[in-house]
Amino acid sequence: MTTQEALFQYALRLGDTNLILGQRLSEWTGHGPFLEEDLALTNIALDITGTAKSLLEYAAQVEGKGRTEDDLAYLRNDRQYLNAQITEQPNGDYAKTIVRQAMIDCFDLYFYTELAKSKDETLSGIAQKSIKEVTYHLRHTTSWLIRFGDGTEDSHNRAQTAVNELWAYTGEMFEMNEVDAILIKEGIAVDLPAVKLKWEKHMSDVLEKATLVKPENVFMHTGSRKGIHTEHLAFILAEMQALPRMYPDAKW
Amino acid sequence: MALVKEYIYQLLSEIPDPEIPVISITDLGVIRDIIIIDEVTIELKITPTYSGCPAMKQIEDDVRKKLIGQGFTSIKINTVFSPPWTTDWINPEAKERLRQYGIAPPEHTTEDKSWLTGKEKVILCPRCKSKNTKLISQFGSTACKALYQCQDCLEPFDYFKCI
Ligand SMILES: [Zn+2]
Repeated sequence: MTTQEALFQYALRLGDTNLILGQRLSEWTGHGPFLEEDLALTNIALDITGTAKSLLEYAAQVEGKGRTEDDLAYLRNDRQYLNAQITEQPNGDYAKTIVRQAMIDCFDLYFYTELAKSKDETLSGIAQKSIKEVTYHLRHTTSWLIRFGDGTEDSHNRAQTAVNELWAYTGEMFEMNEVDAILIKEGIAVDLPAVKLKWEKHMSDVLEKATLVKPENVFMHTGSRKGIHTEHLAFILAEMQALPRMYPDAKW
Repeated sequence: MALVKEYIYQLLSEIPDPEIPVISITDLGVIRDIIIIDEVTIELKITPTYSGCPAMKQIEDDVRKKLIGQGFTSIKINTVFSPPWTTDWINPEAKERLRQYGIAPPEHTTEDKSWLTGKEKVILCPRCKSKNTKLISQFGSTACKALYQCQDCLEPFDYFKCI
């Protein structure tokens, strides 16, 4: 694998992760538990989808085969998607959406802080931009997570169920393969085990404040780095890609 | 060349922000560089306010329309991400126009990180200038705004987030 191929895969992985998460969160638009929360989640979805656009645009440019970010988003099937499986998990109740989001926001904060130091100027620039947005997201989602955990018996139980269920998808966020190895050597990619330490510490603190129990020694799902996904992804793509696949020349 | 650059900047300063028409795109600070390639070709470097801000595409279209109307035939627009956009780039005079429009302008510089540790900032009501205001939501009607309410005149208002 050349550096260019690795960089394409890397930008694609990051872009796909943001795209699928943004799409998932958008499902709440107009269905939030109350108006301010509806707006908050929609805003978060917008930031994340915007980051996806920048990353996929860059992936297309690195690939250099004349594809655009829209081609990458709309004309690939599930086995060609590299998003982390946690992003495709159904929204569930509001506790589950918030738990998933807090886990990812926390990852993003430490991940982008490292990626901002990348020797790749575009990735570094996108990361610098994202840090500002993610800081807001994390503050919002962790405050909800603490309120749910330390709230009523019902909200506590729902939050704990979500933590238990989603924890099994967090291991994958830190997996590295040949792509990472090549790019770390070039000073481009982020060393994920270092991010994992910070993430675990942060999540432990938040869960403790929320009076929730951090799962230990759980089975971790894997596969997305090779394009293997849970059944949910294909349904997301079917909805997201229906229009551009049915009307390939449609213009907004 | 310097004169042409100034002239182009002047033209761009006449383009209002698509969502907040009382400030221009140059007030906002999103135009990072103007490069004159030849008499008819210009390259512009633009930085987004927020990653997903839908106004950015509108701004690009408005810029093209404006410059093409002035005889430039080839406008290259490149997005730059670094350094990331900050509300510190909005000039004081434009902040005053925001206030008059009913949007509380960003109060502090981004150097002040105290809000991250839970310290709430005092945001003045843009209508009655009361300090007695309350944060309703960190996320408002657009990506760049938070929602506040004045406890004295009871008006809800937008606050231009400090990032
Ligand atoms: Zn007031």
